[in-house]
Amino acid sequence: MRVAIAEDSVLLRKGLVLLLEEAGHEVVATAGDAEAFLRAVRDTTPDACVVDVRMPPTFTDEGLRAALLVRDQWPDVGVLVLSQWVEERYATELIAGRARGVGYLLKDRVADVAEFLDALNRVAEGGSALDPEVVAQLLARSRHPLGDLTPREREVLTLMAEGRSNAAIAAALVVGSGAVEKHINNIFMKLGLAPAERDHRRVLAVLRYLGTS
Amino acid sequence: MSLIRGLVSARTWLAFTNHLVGLALGIVSFVIVVTGFTVGLGTTPLALVGFPVIGITVRLSSAFARVERARFALFLGRELPHWPADPRRGYHWKIVPTMTMMQSRATWGEVGYAVLRLPASVLAATFTVLVWTVGVVGLTLPLYATELPGGGPSFNANRIPGGTALIALSSVAGLVLLLAAGPITRGLAAADLALARWLLSPPRDAQLQARVTQLEVSRERVVDAAEAERRRIERDLHDGAQQRLVALAMELGRAKAKFADDVDAAAALVDQAHTEAKAALVELRDLVRGVHPPVLTDRGLDAALSGLAARCTVPVTLHVDVPVRPRSAVEAVAYFTVAEALTNIAKHSRATRASVVVEGGPGPTGTLNIVISDDGIGGADPAGAGLAGLADRIAGLDGALSVESPPGGPTIISAVLPCG
Repeated sequence: MRVAIAEDSVLLRKGLVLLLEEAGHEVVATAGDAEAFLRAVRDTTPDACVVDVRMPPTFTDEGLRAALLVRDQWPDVGVLVLSQWVEERYATELIAGRARGVGYLLKDRVADVAEFLDALNRVAEGGSALDPEVVAQLLARSRHPLGDLTPREREVLTLMAEGRSNAAIAAALVVGSGAVEKHINNIFMKLGLAPAERDHRRVLAVLRYLGTS
Repeated sequence: MSLIRGLVSARTWLAFTNHLVGLALGIVSFVIVVTGFTVGLGTTPLALVGFPVIGITVRLSSAFARVERARFALFLGRELPHWPADPRRGYHWKIVPTMTMMQSRATWGEVGYAVLRLPASVLAATFTVLVWTVGVVGLTLPLYATELPGGGPSFNANRIPGGTALIALSSVAGLVLLLAAGPITRGLAAADLALARWLLSPPRDAQLQARVTQLEVSRERVVDAAEAERRRIERDLHDGAQQRLVALAMELGRAKAKFADDVDAAAALVDQAHTEAKAALVELRDLVRGVHPPVLTDRGLDAALSGLAARCTVPVTLHVDVPVRPRSAVEAVAYFTVAEALTNIAKHSRATRASVVVEGGPGPTGTLNIVISDDGIGGADPAGAGLAGLADRIAGLDGALSVESPPGGPTIISAVLPCG
């Protein structure tokens, strides 16, 4: 996979490059600020990019804004946003509208290398990856009634919202894929969502449902 | 035009009513205070009777002053500034005034005012009523002059000579008087207010002095609160993240030593260090969020509070209506007010529901109003470290915090922050 990195901390940037290269990916560009990052995406058209929210010059949310731009202008480039803090509001901005191939994770998650690489893969393939903390906030803040869901269905919904495939959900809950399928059908029925065939589409339907008010 | 509008304006007629009400109150206060003091002074030789009678009279004149403040607020829309509270003023056994009380300018202002109210009101009310009635009588004279007994205006049964010219003159004079009646009524109300302000309110420098004292106290509290906050951060860093990093470095050091002969043990140590490092990250993140949440700067109160509400273990309904963002110091205090309240709700209240309402901001009202309520067991202590620190930060912005938390609940915490 060809990856671009936007991260202003040199230490972290080097770490990410090593981590990705050791996993067999190719880092095609690195940038320390949003402008250089956008130029790099235009020049190299990577499969995915990893973007830090806070970057120069204002150190507020330029990374997020750059990520939104990439999402809208280069729909085939997966965008994984990393942040020192996760906030539901940033997540809803990211998944609002056409939410294909976006991810939003706490920076800490990089420490769990396998999970991080899995999230990046999902985003590159057009799926999504949301931090468990964001999902918890989304569920708590949801304007839609979720009270009809059984505890198990809530667990499945949470994992789906994080962007996981059916197989991954089944593995995480230690149940068969048939059982997961049944739960998902129930969830879609109870929330009144149109059934969808592929994993990604289902995840996005759930995210949009939670993120919209 | 403005003269004619003055005739029917609400301000004029409120001032008019003000004079009549003032007269009625003045009669009562005069009788009570003059009688009270006469009886009280007359019986001073019998101290057991005299002092309490004087005490009760002083109390009644204070009560009367409160009524008068309300009267001016109601009819003229003006608040009279209060004297700063002085704990030495007061009563022994509720009815005998203390020495300080009897020597204080505020006390004698109130007593004097209770006595002077009657003459002042007699003048004001009589003059106002006179101006209006004579004006109306004079102006309308042509309408009924011929119907009067004797066929025209008379004085002491003697017909006033002058005929039509006099009647015309009287109606012109009546008109002038009526046009002047509005300004006169309002002018007398202003004079009335000035008298009340002179006797019931502290002089201007005393007001300033009181404000300076209040600001000094609040500044001290803000400095203390900031100092306490720095100590808390230092402690949290020291006990939390720093210890974890020490442990982490130690485990990595041991792992390094073990790699040569026991790879399995080294791997276990690295694994442990990995966990340790992640825990340190979580602690640092929470600490930073407690200092200043980045989302507050980037997206404002609504976004920051929605994250806060979502993280609270008690379900929170959140309503934020702040069309214009206040300056960042106000936003930060508003955020920490809600944060502290929600922390308390989660920790102590045993509530099942909580509600947060934030409204206002820069604009017509100029204040940001925050109300946090829950259905818990109540009993929150406003003097506890958290709420007291909060009150200090709010006082630093010249705002006000109120905590209502009767045993058994519910708890309602409200704050008003000026945004000017």
